[in-house]
Amino acid sequence: MPLFKSSKVIESQIDDFLDQVAEGALVFKEGVRAYLAGEQQDFESRLKAIASHESQADKLSKEVEAHLYSHSLIPDHRGDVLGLLENTDNIIDMAKSSLHQFAVEIPDIPTELHEGYLRLAEASCLAGESAVMAARAFFRDVDAVKDHLFKVHHYEREADQLSDGLKRRIFRMDLELARKTQLRYFAHNVETVSDQAEAVADRLAIYVIKRNI
Amino acid sequence: MDILVFLSSGLFLGWSLGANDAANVFGTAVGSRMVKFRTAAFLCSFFIVLGATISGSGAAHTLGQLGAVNALAGAFTVALAAALATFWMTRLKLPVSTSQAVVGAIIGWNLYASALTDTGSLTRIVLTWIACPLLSAFNAVILMLLLRWAIRRAKPHLLELDALTRYGLLIVGAFGSYSLGANNIANVMGIFLPENPFHDVHFWGLTFNATQQLFLLGSLAIGVGVVTYSQRVMRTVGGGLVRMSPVAALVVVLAHSITLFLFASARLEHWLASHGLPTFPLVPVSSSQAVIGAIIGIGLLRGGRGIRYNILGSISLGWLATPLVAGVMSFLLLFFVENVFDQEVYRTIRFRIDRQVVEEVERLHLPSEGLAALAGRDMSNPVRFRRRLSSATGLPENQLDLITELARLASIRVDPGVLALAGGRDWLTPGQWQALETLDGNSYTRSWAFHRDLGEASPEWRPLPDSKVNRYWNQDLRRKLEYLDRIFQTQPEE
Repeated sequence: MPLFKSSKVIESQIDDFLDQVAEGALVFKEGVRAYLAGEQQDFESRLKAIASHESQADKLSKEVEAHLYSHSLIPDHRGDVLGLLENTDNIIDMAKSSLHQFAVEIPDIPTELHEGYLRLAEASCLAGESAVMAARAFFRDVDAVKDHLFKVHHYEREADQLSDGLKRRIFRMDLELARKTQLRYFAHNVETVSDQAEAVADRLAIYVIKRNI
Repeated sequence: MDILVFLSSGLFLGWSLGANDAANVFGTAVGSRMVKFRTAAFLCSFFIVLGATISGSGAAHTLGQLGAVNALAGAFTVALAAALATFWMTRLKLPVSTSQAVVGAIIGWNLYASALTDTGSLTRIVLTWIACPLLSAFNAVILMLLLRWAIRRAKPHLLELDALTRYGLLIVGAFGSYSLGANNIANVMGIFLPENPFHDVHFWGLTFNATQQLFLLGSLAIGVGVVTYSQRVMRTVGGGLVRMSPVAALVVVLAHSITLFLFASARLEHWLASHGLPTFPLVPVSSSQAVIGAIIGIGLLRGGRGIRYNILGSISLGWLATPLVAGVMSFLLLFFVENVFDQEVYRTIRFRIDRQVVEEVERLHLPSEGLAALAGRDMSNPVRFRRRLSSATGLPENQLDLITELARLASIRVDPGVLALAGGRDWLTPGQWQALETLDGNSYTRSWAFHRDLGEASPEWRPLPDSKVNRYWNQDLRRKLEYLDRIFQTQPEE
């Protein structure tokens, strides 16, 4: 049964892809933690790891795309699935670029803000993970997608609030404006990962309705 | 006219059938983009050819509706009219029933030849328009709900579901094409069997008989119709009426097959009744009507918003128009063929009241007074004969029907060898065959007398009391007798 074989191959490619994104989100959180703790070596290795996850995810999503088109599989959901993969890929892209900015700019983060950045990174990571779970459920168990979407929205809101609180604290500290602006930029950068997760969730919500028609 | 010229209209009818009816089995698969048109066309043609040559050539299938038309030029014209009507509807991208086109064209022939039209066939056409889509829509809704439930429970991966649906569509499509070939080839080629230009071919110890060769030719015509012209109707069926998801596409073809199986299978009714189970009512069904019904069912399940009512309207008009157009065209073409080409388009059926008929009428305890007034005169117009009979005897309709049938003259010479040559021997039970052999060489001027003698020779030639369990046997028996009448028919002496 050649069709079953090729669909099995794509299934495992999609699963691998989602694994890469989920791991990327975890590595991102650990990278932020290592940076804040001043563990330079650990940070560098996280940076390398996230780059490798990102390029692996890119490669897999391209392969899935090529497979879906060349075998003309899932004609009614092909566009949706490709859109979903692209958006999910943005999560890890954003995480990588955010971590990369830490390496480029080496921001000097006051110790009293460390906790705030850590919690923000954690919320963003959880939003990303939940988005990956929602995407996984879309392929197997459409009814379960809603539960994961709810979590994505929850963590995104939390990241929003944390980032907002962090920015308020930054601008009320006795620092140079240039430094304040840089610190705000990093808070925003870490938060963007959760925004990407929300973009995935928004798309999924529509795809689920389409699948149920 | 040469047999090849006559064959051409059968081939044209086959081509039209392929162009229109392939959409019933593969339309939704192609419309939902699950199967490429090329793949569908190849598979469909292949299985149509297989179905027609393997299952279509059995004696049980070779009667065809056109068997009622008793002259070759008439059958040619009737087939041509049906093909033209179907072709016209195909050009309009409308899925219509080819067999309704054939029935419509036969009614046209009946009117032209002033033969008696079986009023049942008109009722059947109308019932098919209404009952068949309703039943099919109902089946589709139930099936869709069941499948949704099963998918929710089994939770297959999106891609697994895709592969399963695709295989499902291919398998159901292949089966559908096989039965399309087996069931329709008789309409396309059946009438040409008596004038079959082919001869049996033997190779590697296998026989490829003349009927199979003729049916192969006809099925190739259907296949060519599928490949060259079926895409238009497929588009209407597959997405023109309601946008189709792959699962819905599968539900439609399954629901259509189930409708055909449950509500049209006398064999199933017999099986259920003989096991003491409740039976489904048998209603006339048609593939095209069943598919459209199932699609509407899916549309209604989604709240009815996605149904394109203008297309539904055109399809319904197409259904009304098909038998009507075929009938009118048949009538006009018959006039043309008879008067311009000087061809015999119908063989006159004669009626005569004589001693044999009167004796039989008395034996059946029917009133025979008044029959004497009509005795000794041959009449060739059945409508007029019936009218005279009515005024002479004043009998009720059903008795008039019976006496008209008794008075119909036939010319039958029993020759079991001819039957064996035509491959009909396998259809009969050993008892029936033996009984037939005892009548070898007998001649009859009335088919009922032939049937009565067969019944006397073996109980296996007698109809059973009317009941659901016996209905299948009686139907089969009737078809066998009709087949024998046709195969033993000789030129009547003037």
